[in-house]
Formats: sequence, C-alpha cells, structure tokens
Amino acid sequence: MTAANDSALGLDAVKSPGGRILKYAVYALLLVVFAGPLLALLVSAFSDVSDPTALSVIPSSPTLDNFGIAFDHGVGMYLLNSFLVVGFGLLLQVVISVLAGYALARKKFRFMTFVLVAILATLMLPEEILAIPLSLILSDLPVVHINLIGSLAGMIVPLGAWAFSILVMTEFMKDVPRELEEAARIDGAGDLRIFAQIILPMCKPALGVIGVFGFTMIWDQYLLPMLVSSDASTYTLPLALRTLRIDADVTPGVIMAASLLALLPSVAAFLFFQRSFVRGLASGALKG
Amino acid sequence: MTVDHAKPAAVGADRPAVKRTPAPKVRRRSDRDGKWWTPWLFLAPALILFVYFKFIPMITAVTMSFQDVQPYLGNQWVGGENYSTVLGDEAFHSAIWHTVVIAVGQTVGSMVIGLALALLMEGQSKRLKFLRSAAFLPVVVPIAVVAELWRIMYHPTEDGMLNSILGMVGLGPSGFINDPDTSMISVIITGIWRGAPYDMMIFLAGLAGIDRGLYEAATVDGASRWRKILHVTLPGLRSVFSILFVLAAIRGLRVFTEVFLLTNGGPNGSTEVAMTLIYKLGLEQNRLGVGAAGAVLLFLATLVLTLFVQVLRRRRDA
Repeated sequence: MTAANDSALGLDAVKSPGGRILKYAVYALLLVVFAGPLLALLVSAFSDVSDPTALSVIPSSPTLDNFGIAFDHGVGMYLLNSFLVVGFGLLLQVVISVLAGYALARKKFRFMTFVLVAILATLMLPEEILAIPLSLILSDLPVVHINLIGSLAGMIVPLGAWAFSILVMTEFMKDVPRELEEAARIDGAGDLRIFAQIILPMCKPALGVIGVFGFTMIWDQYLLPMLVSSDASTYTLPLALRTLRIDADVTPGVIMAASLLALLPSVAAFLFFQRSFVRGLASGALKG
Repeated sequence: MTVDHAKPAAVGADRPAVKRTPAPKVRRRSDRDGKWWTPWLFLAPALILFVYFKFIPMITAVTMSFQDVQPYLGNQWVGGENYSTVLGDEAFHSAIWHTVVIAVGQTVGSMVIGLALALLMEGQSKRLKFLRSAAFLPVVVPIAVVAELWRIMYHPTEDGMLNSILGMVGLGPSGFINDPDTSMISVIITGIWRGAPYDMMIFLAGLAGIDRGLYEAATVDGASRWRKILHVTLPGLRSVFSILFVLAAIRGLRVFTEVFLLTNGGPNGSTEVAMTLIYKLGLEQNRLGVGAAGAVLLFLATLVLTLFVQVLRRRRDA
C-alpha cells in the first residue's frame, strides 16, 4: 500500500499544493517555537546586547566581547569545575554500575532480590526531597566523619549512586549468553577475567546509553552543587549563571555567552549519541 | 535534564524467560565456582554509596520530621507536631495548591503538545529526523540555562522579546513572571516548552510499536484520519499514556529548580511551590524538622501516585 498507511496522520502522502503549504507552515511554526529561543540565545551570545530587552534572533554588531567579559567573571573556573564534576562523576557512576550490574545479572546469591528492590526503590525517591538531610550528611559523613561541604568531591561522590545506570547494565548483562561464560570458566578464567574480557565488551551499547544519559544528567545538576558549594570557588557553570545575572555590569549578552558554554556539552553529547539516547529513553520509559 | 525521570521500573519484568539458558545443572556449577562473597565484592561500592546518599538521608528525613532539630543543642522528639504545623500552615496550603496547578498544567500541556508533535513528526524522511532533533533540543539544555533564557525572554517591558511578539498581534505587554496574575502560567509554559519534546520522543517510540496493518485495514474500511487516530492510534498508546502520566506528575510534584530560578516563589508568593518552601524552611530559616515533615509528605504523595497508576495498569492488563 501507499505511505498513507504508514502513520496515523499520513502526512508523508500529502501531495496537494495547499496541503503541502499548510504542512510546511506547521513545521516552520514548530521549529520557531522549540528551536527559536535557542537560536536567540546563540545570536545574542555573539551580539553586542547591552539592554535586557534586546535579545533577538537578528544578528546585530557581531562581537566576541561577551565571552571575554564572561571569562573575566570567572567562567573559565566554573567551566573547569563543571568538567571535573562531570568527568569524575561519570567515571565513578559507570564503574559502580558495571560492577553492580555484573553481580546482579550473572550471580545468584542470598538477599539478591532484596538488594535489587532496594536499588529500584531509589528511583521513586526524588533527590529534591532528600536535599536537606543530604546536605547534613555531606557535612559530616556518618562513621568516617568527613566534611564534604565546600569541595568538588561532595558533588562527585553522590553521583555514583544512580539506579538507572545499574538497571540498564543489569538488563544488558543478563542477555549475554551463558555458554560464553561457561567456556571461559572451563578454560580456567576467574570472575574478574570473565567480567572484563567477556561480559563488559558485549555491553558496549549499554555503556553508550548510561554514558550519554549520565553525562547529560550530571551536567544538568543544580541542587546538589548548590547544597555543597560554600563559595563561588566550587560553583559549576549552571550554578554560576544566577550569580552572573545578579552582577550589575553583566549584560544579557554575557549571560547568553555563558549559557551557550553551559549548554554546548550536553547538546553536543545528545547530537553525537542520538541513537543511544533514544534507546535509553525507550528502554527507560516504555518497558515499565 | 533530570534524566532520572526516565524510570526503568522493572525493566526486565516483561522479558521472555526463554532467552536465558538456565539448565539447572549448569547453574549449580557456575554458582560453586565463585566464593559466596564474590557478588558482594562487586556490589560493595554501589551499596556503600546507596547507603550513604540514599538510604541514610531517607531515614534521617523521616526521623527529623518527628523532631525539633536544634544543631548543637540536641534534637527533641516532638511526635507529630511538625506534621500538624505543616498541615495547618496557610503558606503550605497555598504552596501545595501551586504545586498541584503546576504539576497538572505541565503534565497535561506537555502530553497534549507532545502527542501532537509526535503525530506531526512521525515518519522516515531525513527532513523529519532533523525536525525531531531540533524540537528535542530543549530537553537536553540544562535547566539553569532554560531559566535564564526565559527570564530574559519574559522581560516585562513592551520591547521585551516575547512582549514584542505579542505586540505584533496586538496583545500585551504582559508582566509574565513579574505579575502575580501571569506568573503561574508563565512558569507552566516554560515547563511545557521543555517537557513536550520529551513526551514527543516517548510517544514516537510508542507509535513505532503500533501494528501498521491496523492503519491499512482502517483505510480499506474508509476511515478518516481523525477516526484512525481515535480508534487505532490512541488505544495503541494506552500504556505510553499511563507511564508518561506518572513520570510527568512526579516531575511536577518535585518541581524546584525552574521555579527557584525563574521567580523564587514570587511575586507575592504567587508561584511558591512545595519544594521552594521546604528549601526556605530548611536551609534559610533553619526549621529543619518542619521542612523534613513537608518533604516526607511530598514523598508519600509521589509514592501513592505511582502505586495508584501501577494498580490501575495491573487491573487493566489482567
């Protein structure tokens, strides 16, 4: 049959001139609504925008000054903080998730269901609700009595505990054929070797999913850095945008320049890893 | 984006058990291979972090909610007093009302627009792929950037960006987030802008799972576009609706960062939501016990909502 049957609206099959014009008008409107504000951000970051109303999609007096002023206000340091947090945070999260995923997917042990349910349950536990007790605990970790407030470590370490990554890894590892593992065991391979040389290489797509999801999630963190920071020296870039805004001699152009730096990494991650991203969305939401 | 709203609840629950090869003999052998503590060794780092940063805070929140928390002086057990303070407090009532309004507004708005986007952008052509990616961008833009961007766009004077667009069609100027009458809808619109493309992606994944043959059959029967949507598409998306509903509603109940950055509850408390109030009570006024009680109540609300929808789905599936 024709393409008309391929989708609910069958828009692919619209051929009449009037229908076509209408169709493209609708698409253009959608593009303006959803991408327009971001285009305004992009243009303003490179324009000499000094008054707060001038944000515009039409380029005017192109300049790089906004970035210079932003860096004068410490954006370089904030950016570095953000990169440190996302780098070490993601590394920690991935290592913890693959290790835990291996145990949960390939082993049978007492209390396994209990552990799995406990980890699953944290998905229903919004971090916002834990904010206040979390900030108390970070200021004095039970048993070891370390104070993480005011340090980047305080923003990084809690990122390791993210149930989404663990569940994605567990599900992927369950699908690695048992036979491969058996063969390796007969050849005398131990757990660590099987984990590193057989299971892990088979899970590259899952690593992509948790990598890109973890990256965008960590880059977007706001509340945790806000709770942990005691002064501007540990601000991440998203956190610093608010301080910039309050600064009187910072123009909207400068804020948009800093915003552009703050959104580029996660937008780039999404554009490069769209496949993994969409796969993660689907496996996250639809199988529930 | 707060990706944790992509909740993989029981990801494997519906996976066919046939895939694994659990020949009992083989399993027993592989179990004997490792020591009993091997799995625990692999799990240890995860467990330590979960205990520290999820479970202990949870327990602390619950205990704090029954205490008068006084740093350095020792905490006093006060029973349900914090809860009665919260439940009797005017400010909390209006914050909860605002939270519900935002949650409902954003959930319904994002789902309706997300579904419309998905229906419009369903297809294989390269052009549509580009459009979908462009429309999805708001979701991956950090929430702090979204808030700063919209703050500037909402500039309340006549020559502010959105006001000059309103001016072109003979409306406005609006005070947007600076006017108590429009602040709420402005916050909701920003939320929909960021939420609808997310819902669109999930709907698209759902649409891909609908049997093409049903459309063909409907066409043969002479069904119009509208009837096809009503009788084929919407029923096919039923499970997507319920999962999106839970995710969006939970997202709405815990809304914090965008409100904090856009209005910080103002003007005149017109956008104060549960989380901004809890934050103010806990970290600015140091009324930790009352803040914790509010947080526990909010958690119970999300839990009830989740379980409620799960039960509904179970019953329908059965």
